[in-house]
Amino acid sequence: MTKDNCKKLVIDIISDIAPDEDLSAIKPDIRLRDQLQLDSMDFLDIVMELRKRHGIEVPEADYGQLASLQSCADYLTPKFVPKA
Amino acid sequence: MKPSRIVITGIGLTAPNGNSLAEFRRNLLAGVSGIATVDVRYMGRHPAGMCTFDPLKYQKKKEVRIGTRAGGISIYCAREALADSGLNLEAQDKSRIGIYLGITEHGNVETENEVFNISQFKYDTKFWTHHHNPRTVANNPAGEVSLNMGITGPAYTIGAACAAGNMGLIHAAQMLRLGEVDLAFAGGVSESPQTFGIFAGFKSQNALAAHEDPTKASRPFDQARNGIVISEGGCIYTIERLEDAQARGARIYGEIAGYCVNSDATDYVLPNPERQAECVRKAIAHAGMTIEDIHLVNTHATSTPQGDIQECIAIAEVFKNRTTPPYINNTKSFIGHTMGAAGALELAGNLPSFDDLVIHPTINIDNLDPQCDIPGLVVNQPTAAKQVCSILNNSFGMLGINSTLIIKRFAP
Repeated sequence: MTKDNCKKLVIDIISDIAPDEDLSAIKPDIRLRDQLQLDSMDFLDIVMELRKRHGIEVPEADYGQLASLQSCADYLTPKFVPKA
Repeated sequence: MKPSRIVITGIGLTAPNGNSLAEFRRNLLAGVSGIATVDVRYMGRHPAGMCTFDPLKYQKKKEVRIGTRAGGISIYCAREALADSGLNLEAQDKSRIGIYLGITEHGNVETENEVFNISQFKYDTKFWTHHHNPRTVANNPAGEVSLNMGITGPAYTIGAACAAGNMGLIHAAQMLRLGEVDLAFAGGVSESPQTFGIFAGFKSQNALAAHEDPTKASRPFDQARNGIVISEGGCIYTIERLEDAQARGARIYGEIAGYCVNSDATDYVLPNPERQAECVRKAIAHAGMTIEDIHLVNTHATSTPQGDIQECIAIAEVFKNRTTPPYINNTKSFIGHTMGAAGALELAGNLPSFDDLVIHPTINIDNLDPQCDIPGLVVNQPTAAKQVCSILNNSFGMLGINSTLIIKRFAP
């Protein structure tokens, strides 16, 4: 898993969570909530989808790591374990 | 002091055979059923009534994703009613608007979906959505309307099984008369076909309709009727005090003349014609009318072998001394049983009779059950009426709750 691939997977999730948003020009270093209409419930949805789709657990203490697309990639990429 | 007169000034609806009053009425007069066959989880294909309104007309995709089907139906109907009423919502004191929606049940759909969801994850509840509680609270449909429209007055549902649609209107009339609100969005909604449980429950009760042609599955009063067709739908009215409606030059569809709500207190599911007749009689008395004043009776009959007979017994008993019977019809033969929406939706389908003087029929009667052969029944074809000045609308529900609502043609 590369960080670029990880970003794509996160954007896939966000496109389902926030289907009205234009995701074509997300700036990776800007907080997602500063450029998209996302609230705390949406972040819970993102956490749930990471769990469902990729088996990744994000503890509540780490929610801050999902602030921007870049921080998502930095935090999540090592958690993607290749399937045997 | 004489209570305020309460009038209907706007109608928004979605039914399996129409997404506006005009389309709904057109199909009721043309004999067009809205019933199709749908896949029901775990149960295969069954006849059901599904609505085809565009949920994105008044909601964003994200709101549709987070909310419930009942919420979406409610928002569509409330917004359509608002548009129809000519009211300017932004000019209203939104804290003085009430939202009162009848529901048969709410939350089963969302709970079943989540149980199915976690079944895909070995029933691990960490996969249970955090949206479950706001989706399943009983006030959800009314609450979604308040969120969508920014209405800050009382917004709640009235749980009354299949008598609930009438009760939304009745409650609105009461609250307007009490001066609790100045405007009400009131009616009933249902998302029932999205839950397999209601199909399975009626099937186990031997009360689920089956027919090779789904459009013929809902057939109240026919000898071959074999149960209920489960449908979704909604109908919400704007309800106002007459003086307020007149002050703004509103179009008035009709006036709430009288009503009654009572209980059988005899059985969980079996209806009681004695109490139903009492409910009808009390509603007529409440309206200050006599049996001679009722021109059209819209029946509750759901196409079950026993229930239809019981209602016919009740109606025949109430109107037995009339020289000319009232017209009697049934809307479920077109749209199935829309549960919490039924009373409100079926009333809407008949309100145009005040002006067009046509009574929509009960369709799908190939062989009229002799026990349902009550005088005045309009069978298979619409009939012209000399005058329609009042509609008596019956809606009855499980646990023995009965509601009768009488609307009269508006005369200043």
